Amino acid sequence: MAAGVAAWLPFARAAAIGWMPVANCPMPIAPRDHRKRHDELIILNVSGRRFQTWRTTLDRYPDTLLGSSEKQFFYDEETKEYFFDRDPDSFRSILNFYRTGKLHYPRYECISAYDEELTFFGIIPEIIGDCCYEEYKDRKRENAERLQDDQDDNKDCKLPNMTYRETMWRAFENPHTSTMALVFYYVTGFFIAISVLTNVIETVPCGATPSQKDMPCGERYTIAFFCMDTACVLIFTVEYLMRLFAAPSRYQFMRSVMSIIDVVAIFPYYIGLVMTDNEDVSGAFVTLRVFRVFRIFKFSRHSQGLRILGYTLKSCASELGFLLFSLTMAIIIFATVMFYAEKGSSSTKFTSIPASFWYTIVTMTTLGYGDMVPKTIAGKIFGSICSLSGVLVIALPVPVIVSNFSRIYHQNQRADKRRAQKVQKARLARIRIAQTGSSCTGFLQSKRNDLLNELLELTGSEEEEQQLNKGMSLLESQHHHLLHCLEKTTAHEFVDEQLYEQNCLETTIQSYTSRSPSFSSQDGPIGTCCTRRGKMNSPLPNSSLPLQPSHQQGSLQELSALHIQCGDKLPHTTSRSSLNMKTDDVGLINCKGSQITTAIISIPTAPSDTTDGGAPSINTTASSNVIKVSAL
Amino acid sequence: MGALMVIFSLQKDQRRKRTDSVEDELELSAVRHRPEGLEQLEALTRFNRKELQILYRGFKNECPSGVVNEDTFKDIYSQFFPQGDASTYAHFLFNAFDTDKDGSVSFEDFVMGLSILLRGSVQEKLNWAFNLYDINKDGYITKEEMLDIMKAIYDMMGKCTYPLLKDDTPRQHVEIFFQKMDKNKDGVVTIDEFIDCCQNDENIMRSMQLFDNVI
Repeated sequence: MAAGVAAWLPFARAAAIGWMPVANCPMPIAPRDHRKRHDELIILNVSGRRFQTWRTTLDRYPDTLLGSSEKQFFYDEETKEYFFDRDPDSFRSILNFYRTGKLHYPRYECISAYDEELTFFGIIPEIIGDCCYEEYKDRKRENAERLQDDQDDNKDCKLPNMTYRETMWRAFENPHTSTMALVFYYVTGFFIAISVLTNVIETVPCGATPSQKDMPCGERYTIAFFCMDTACVLIFTVEYLMRLFAAPSRYQFMRSVMSIIDVVAIFPYYIGLVMTDNEDVSGAFVTLRVFRVFRIFKFSRHSQGLRILGYTLKSCASELGFLLFSLTMAIIIFATVMFYAEKGSSSTKFTSIPASFWYTIVTMTTLGYGDMVPKTIAGKIFGSICSLSGVLVIALPVPVIVSNFSRIYHQNQRADKRRAQKVQKARLARIRIAQTGSSCTGFLQSKRNDLLNELLELTGSEEEEQQLNKGMSLLESQHHHLLHCLEKTTAHEFVDEQLYEQNCLETTIQSYTSRSPSFSSQDGPIGTCCTRRGKMNSPLPNSSLPLQPSHQQGSLQELSALHIQCGDKLPHTTSRSSLNMKTDDVGLINCKGSQITTAIISIPTAPSDTTDGGAPSINTTASSNVIKVSAL
Repeated sequence: MGALMVIFSLQKDQRRKRTDSVEDELELSAVRHRPEGLEQLEALTRFNRKELQILYRGFKNECPSGVVNEDTFKDIYSQFFPQGDASTYAHFLFNAFDTDKDGSVSFEDFVMGLSILLRGSVQEKLNWAFNLYDINKDGYITKEEMLDIMKAIYDMMGKCTYPLLKDDTPRQHVEIFFQKMDKNKDGVVTIDEFIDCCQNDENIMRSMQLFDNVI
């Protein structure tokens, strides 16, 4: 149960008086408050700094160190205070958790020190409030990554049983692992540079011989450049094939961006080889040469920053898209306006709207080449409006992209946000389970314990009963009493999910048989309420009933119920009980003066008619003093 | 460059205007309430000083502003009943505690209600319960009102119950209630019928004493 609402428990209990006139059954007895009435101040001495708080504040969370009896280990008799040899600064946040119900993570605190304190005081970190949780998670992730990196560095020594293929892959991915890898890394980098340089110099006009006019170097020294190109492509091809061979998942490797870049870089060469002497496609051949520039992207394997840039652009896709969209809109608008404004003027360059696009783009990006200028007054006016608005439209999304980039650059991994969402769900689930689940299951557990106590009372062993009652704080017992009162008011009981599902199954089975309309539903809450003494839901000590005979019948699962009869109404049920005892083997648990019979409810197949007839009617006898136990 | 400056200053103005309106809203909604002094409350209720102190500390911890509004009330009450939906019943409770009908429960309302429930005579407690059931406060409990209350109570159980909750369980329960309480069979329960009947029922009498030692 959450925090400060523990203070409201008295209110909730008082409000329960509203149920009393409505209830038809007597209410359970309230737990007694054995402790002293008045609240006392507790002194917590944490490394010399004294904190004081009320005892009830600490008691709000009985499953932590300070809220449970575990703190007695730290009690100092002489000074009558609890001494903890821990960090007093972190203790502030922990004590505030008890006071306010919210755990905050102070930013100046080291994450691992904070974690240690939380573990020491028995508080789960998931309870950190939403205001501080993201910070906490980020810091924790960074720390984990740093540790991971350290570990990886240490782990880079060669494992004894790596295959040749794995060694190669490791060499490719981490060039620092071995000298060969480093050499390979530098060699490929060198050749990429050479290749790019070659492509560039190819087009430069070399010094002309007096006989010929200026020619680009590529045409002058064709053979040399061809050899250079071939060498580079050979190296790249060999590298690609080696990577493909070494990749642990070849399909995934072929789909990765880097491999696509590799392929695009070397393919034009081979295509060019294949179709050299064809005149028609020589134009296309020239176009293919353009793809050689993609070799420069191979550098991104060598540069982390380049990869981050690419990643940023990919993640800012929506902002870029918006920029593009708004620009397009503005271009079309202004081009149209300029075209119609300049239509009247003679010998104008604005021959059509698409022709005005060029002017608009140049003006909006404030380039202003001057190859197209408006001549009419209207054109000039609209031209100036165009250039002003260009600045506005471009300036708007750019800061977003810039801030995105800087954020990503610093954090370096944005894919973790998707993982964090799953973690968020898991965290909420954990908190929910820890708080509500524990109070629910705590309540159900205590009910089982109570009813187990009753059974044990019947068998006459009281020692175990006391053992079960230990460890429940007054707050919890009061809360459970409240829930118990609600049960009595509505004459229904809380059960856990499993049992609920089984019951659903049971009712569908009964409705399916349609043998006898389920008497139990008619009896419902009215008749069963005050006549039913109690219910046991716990598995009894020897609940290993022989289920073999039942498994042979029916295909759907059967439910087995133990019936314990107490006292009177014995003749009423003996006939049925004898019916049941005929069909199955029962393990009798000997209680004082009571008998146990088992009934198995199964899907109707012809031979099981007798048990079926017994089943619904056994439910009706539940209205008499029969305590039903289900062996789960 | 100049255009950029213009853009940024425009943005700042917008933000300031927006925060101003938000602040205005905040100020209107952040009601600060200080309760009456301890002496007055001691006179008005049947709690002694120490008990009032403990109650106030708990109250103020959960509601630092000094008043509980209905949503907070529902949240707090729902935490005690994790399996079901306690919001409807909490709504009725809220109306029962909010005696001056101003939409919020102050500490005085809270502590006066508690005083009746925990330290009041049986008559007063029954009166309070009647007030809770009588949703429109007209002095009569009709079947519809009782049905609403009953459904709210059954909602708190949630769906995982044994035996399974049927749809007409609340209705049947209301029928029993009316059979017991409505002496002259006129379809409504008046305060006198209610108190009479409860005083003759020893279960109810016993359960009224159940929470006497809560504080």
